[in-house]
Formats: sequence, structure tokens, C-alpha cells
Amino acid sequence: MTTIRVGHLYPEYLNIYADRGNIAVLASRARWRGLGLEVEALSLGDELRPGEHDLLYIGGGQDREQALIAPDLAARGEAIRAAVDGGAAVLAVCGGYQLLGRFYRGRDGGELPGAGLFPLETVAGDRRMIGDCLLDCELESGVRRTLAGFENHAGVTRLDAGAVPLGRVVAGFGNDGASGFEGVRVGSAVGTYLHGPLLPRNAWLADWILERALEHRTGERQALEPLADELEDEAQAVAAGRARSRGGRF
Amino acid sequence: MAAGLSRLVGAGGGTTVPGKVLTSLDPDVLDRLARRLPLGSALVSATNGKTTTAAMAAQILGPHLRLAHNSSGANLLSGVTSSLLSAKDAELGLFEVDEAALPEVATRIAPRAVCLGNLFRDQLDRYGELEHVAERWRAVVRDLPAASVLVVNGDDPQVGDLARERPGSIVFGLDDPRQAVPELLHAADSKWCLRCGRPYEYSAIYVGHLGAYRCPACGHARPELDVVGREIELRGLEGVDFMLQTRGESRPVRLAVPGLYNVYNALGAASLALALGSSLDDVVAGLERFGAAFGRFERIAVEDRRLLMLLVKNPAGANEVVRTLVAGGAPKLAVLALNDAIADGRDVSWIWDVDWEPLLAGLERVVVTGDRAAEMALRCKYAGFPVDAIEVVPELGEALDRGLDLTPTAGELVVLPTYTAMLALRRIVADRGFVRPYWERAA
Repeated sequence: MTTIRVGHLYPEYLNIYADRGNIAVLASRARWRGLGLEVEALSLGDELRPGEHDLLYIGGGQDREQALIAPDLAARGEAIRAAVDGGAAVLAVCGGYQLLGRFYRGRDGGELPGAGLFPLETVAGDRRMIGDCLLDCELESGVRRTLAGFENHAGVTRLDAGAVPLGRVVAGFGNDGASGFEGVRVGSAVGTYLHGPLLPRNAWLADWILERALEHRTGERQALEPLADELEDEAQAVAAGRARSRGGRF
Repeated sequence: MAAGLSRLVGAGGGTTVPGKVLTSLDPDVLDRLARRLPLGSALVSATNGKTTTAAMAAQILGPHLRLAHNSSGANLLSGVTSSLLSAKDAELGLFEVDEAALPEVATRIAPRAVCLGNLFRDQLDRYGELEHVAERWRAVVRDLPAASVLVVNGDDPQVGDLARERPGSIVFGLDDPRQAVPELLHAADSKWCLRCGRPYEYSAIYVGHLGAYRCPACGHARPELDVVGREIELRGLEGVDFMLQTRGESRPVRLAVPGLYNVYNALGAASLALALGSSLDDVVAGLERFGAAFGRFERIAVEDRRLLMLLVKNPAGANEVVRTLVAGGAPKLAVLALNDAIADGRDVSWIWDVDWEPLLAGLERVVVTGDRAAEMALRCKYAGFPVDAIEVVPELGEALDRGLDLTPTAGELVVLPTYTAMLALRRIVADRGFVRPYWERAA
């Protein structure tokens, strides 16, 4: 049995928006395809060896927890970039998304260093961006898909010129409440503010990530067989409706 | 009259409208109404258990004093104002206050005593992060009148620490390692030392992150307890017994509400009442008289079956409800009702932080309902619950009927609703004539 190896960064610090829901979805959807999925916690001081993990996952935390892990994460920047250059997939949500950029600057001017994987930087804004959020994504050329999630961030994230967002905002704030972009994508690495958690009601993205991780493991791209996703689709439709009717806007 | 008007239009029992109307006409009305109370006011706040704690305190104080008490859970500025308006001859104000509303209410009311129970992650879309609420509470404590008594739960690191800055505070907590859980549950908050950021070491964890903690690096530890719950015996869903110990005295208490979390509520209420001058005899008698606060834990007879309704609203609270249910004989069927109105939290991600698994392990069937029924269905599915045993019935009334159909005669249907789903379900049951509306009971 092929087993996908997941490195979960700082799970005991960064778990504020039900990040384990994302992991549970990846594990179940792998298992239903006859694949194994093993999750290894990578916490403060643990070694991260590029190439060992097919997927790196990092969630969000409260300010205090993020400050506790930021220096450790920043020190692994090179290893994380090497892993992604080698084809490993990444899913970074909320705080983890911010901290994989170059830095996060708080309202007091204090700066948390980032890992420098994503071409972006984040500065705390005056208003929190809270609400349901709906995206239009095109991760594979010509295949447009919808992502529905919930965002709750004070950070205003600016992508570098030429950086590729995860999606276009249909409803909600997105990276900065102004550009119309949300998230970022670098190869098989994806960062986003959307939680909820993200993957249960966006099963297609879970499968996209699994396919990328599997490709890293086996060396070949193969499409996963479809699953019965009626509940997932229904949950997404409800969440999308929420975003359309009450998604955040300034 | 405004209260009558609001009830006529069916706007939630008219428990906040008069306060809103009057406050908009006269912004200082609360300050003046509160000053009229001859014995002043006491405030209760917490993420979990504030309604129950205040209701227990009301049982203790009620026989001796005329209270102004917001018993229906209207716990914002407007609700406190309304309950003062409708209790004109009250001697003492006893108010549960929303965590975020506490700073303003405390400033206006200048309370005689404040009881702070716990801080858990809750509706982050509404309250923001735990640290920010804790920061605002620190300011509340700093600004309290010198004569006010502070009552805190010492088992919560953030809350217990507030007493350090204030000599004469009353600290309550548990001391019964037999009731400790082996490890912090997934959703635990406040795991890191307030002073130095290292993980706390616990000699006992009771509920969420509440317990006997100590930082191995800097020594920051649980403060000494003044009011202690010991020798706890859980009696399933029927209740819980414990030994209430204050300095020098102890008494057995038999509570008619279940779970370790209700021992915390009872200790908070007992400490507050003692701070306000109650005798230990009155404290014990009041606690033993206590039934349950509105909608938190309620048994309702519906023809030849019973509903057992337990409010769930955040990970820590829901985890305790699950633990209590399973300890009381795990049900085979449950209705899980998830709404996402502002009062429930628009962000439903918290359901993934709840450890539903021990409950799901005993269920043969689950009916999911409410505005986000499909989301709850996914939570069950990805916990490994068989998809063909999940029924998605978004409409609450239909889900209730379906649950009752599946319940044998004389059996009990377990319903776990979020706040607005609980209100709606009660209304449905009341419309069928099985329960009186809460504003009648509260009056």
C-alpha cells in the first residue's frame, strides 16, 4: 500500500480553526482510495528533512501562539523551500499562510519573521476581515472550481507583482479586502485565509492536494477515483449561499 | 409597556427591548437604576456556565433578598437594564454578563462583587481571540471599586491570575484527582504559561484546560484555593454530589444537575454568595434546590416520550456535554442541531474542535438539523460514522418529529442544539403545548 507522509507543523500551537478537520478529510479520502496517510507532528526544534514529507500542513493560531513558533518556523525557511522545489505539496491556512510569507508586521510595529516560501508580506490592518468567503479558482488550466470558507483576519496580505493567487474573490474580503484576490499558489503549495475548516466542504481541493502529494511519493501523476460527495456538495452550496448573502465587505 | 409590546410581536419574550428603548433615550439609565439598589449588584461572567452560575446564586440569595436578575440569559447592556427596569423594588442586582460586555457593564454598575468563571475559545468571529478578552478582563479588575470582592476560578490560568493583583479575592477550584482526565483534549486553550510561554504541567485536568497547573520553568502555578470542591461523585445524568469546603468548614452538597462543569458553576455561585454575606447553610440549601437554568439542560415531556435538551455552543462546553451524556449511559440516537446566526457564531468551524467521537461511538443513528445541517453531517462522516446512518433534515420541526418517531414509547430523545436552534426548538415544543414560554417561567 502506498502511504502518503504528512508533516503537520506545530499542531499543538496552531489549531485554532479546527485544522484537524482538514487532516481528517485528507486521511479519510486517502483511505477510501486504498492509500495510507501518516501524519507526523513537526514542532519546535524537530528536524524537517526536505523530501521526506509529501505534504506539509500548517494551520492558524492566536497571536500569542504564532509569536511562540514564528522564529522556529522562519529558521526552517530553506528546508521548506527545498521541499516545495522538490514537488512536495503544502496547505497553509490563516496564520500559517501569513507566516510562510516574508513577514507579519503587527499593529505595534513588531515584526514576526516568515519562512519566505510565499511571495507576499502581511501587515496588520485597522479592521478585522470576518465573514463567509467564496472564491473562483483555476488551479488546472481550463478547470474552474469554487471554494467556500470562512475568513477571520486582521492581517492585510499583499502579493508580490506576478505572484499567483489561489483564487478570485466572488464574495468576501480575501487577502486585503481590495485587490479581489485570495490566497497564493506556488507549485503544489497553497496558502489561504479560508478555514471552516476548508477541506470538508471543498472536497475537490482535498483531492487536488492528495494527487499532488501522491505524485511526490510515486513520481507519477494519477487521477484519484471519484467519491460520493453529496454531503460535501450540499455543505458547499449552503456555505456559498452564506458568502453571497452575508460575505464580508467594507 | 414596551415589554408587553415586544411580547405581542413575538420578539423573543421582550427581555431586551425595554432596555434598548430606554438606553437610546437616556444613555445613563443603567448607572442610575443600579445606584438605586440598596445592596448594590453582583456580576457573573464566563465563557461557559454564566447563566447557570447566576441562577444558582439566585437560588441561594432569593429567599432572603428581592433580586433584580436577568434570568432569561439577556446578558448584554440592554438585558441588564431591562431586568432592573422590571424589578423596581429589588434590593440586590444579580446579573450574568456577556464576556465582551463586561467592561462597560462593570464600569456603569460599580458592582459589589464580580465572579469570573472561565475563558474558553468561543465564537472567534464575534469575541476575537481569547487573549484579547483576557486583556479586557484585566482592565475590569484593575478598575473595580476598592470595596468590591473579586471571585475567580483558580483552575483557569488566565482567570485565576486576576486574583493575584487583588488581595482579599476568593479563589475557587476542584481538588479530586480521581475525576481528572488523562490529558488535555484537542481544543484545550491556555496551555502555555502566562509568564514565560512554556507548556504548563498539570497534576490534574478537570474540564478543558481547567485544573491544577504549574509551569516547570518559572513556577507560575494555580493560586491557593479558598472554596474547594472535593470528593466528587458523578451520578450520571441525574446529578452530582461533592464536598463543599471553605476555610475551616465543609458540607456535602447534592446537585440535581449533572457533570463536573456544574460543580464549577456551584463553586462560583457559592463563593459569590459567601462574598455577599450568605451563610454556608443557605449556600447548601440553595444549591440543592437548583433545577437547571433555562434551556441549558432540560427535560421536556412530549406526549409519551421525553426530550432531553442540552445546549452546545463551543468546544469546551460541548465536550463536557458529550462526557456527561456518555457517562450517564450513551444514547443510541441523537438529534444534532447546528445553526449559524450571530448568537450561535457564524463560523461553524468549532464543531470540528469538539470531540464528538465518544458520543458517536454509541449512536446507531444521528439526525442532523438546522441551517448548517450538512456541515454537521460532514463532521459525523469524517469521524467515521456510517453515512447511511446520518439523516439530514434541515428543518428543525421535521427533525424533531423524525427523532421522536425513532424514539420508543416512554423513551428519551437526546437533542443537542446551538443557541438559536434551542430557542426555536423550545418555541416549537411550546406551540404544541408541552412547555411554557421561558418569559413566563422567568417572571
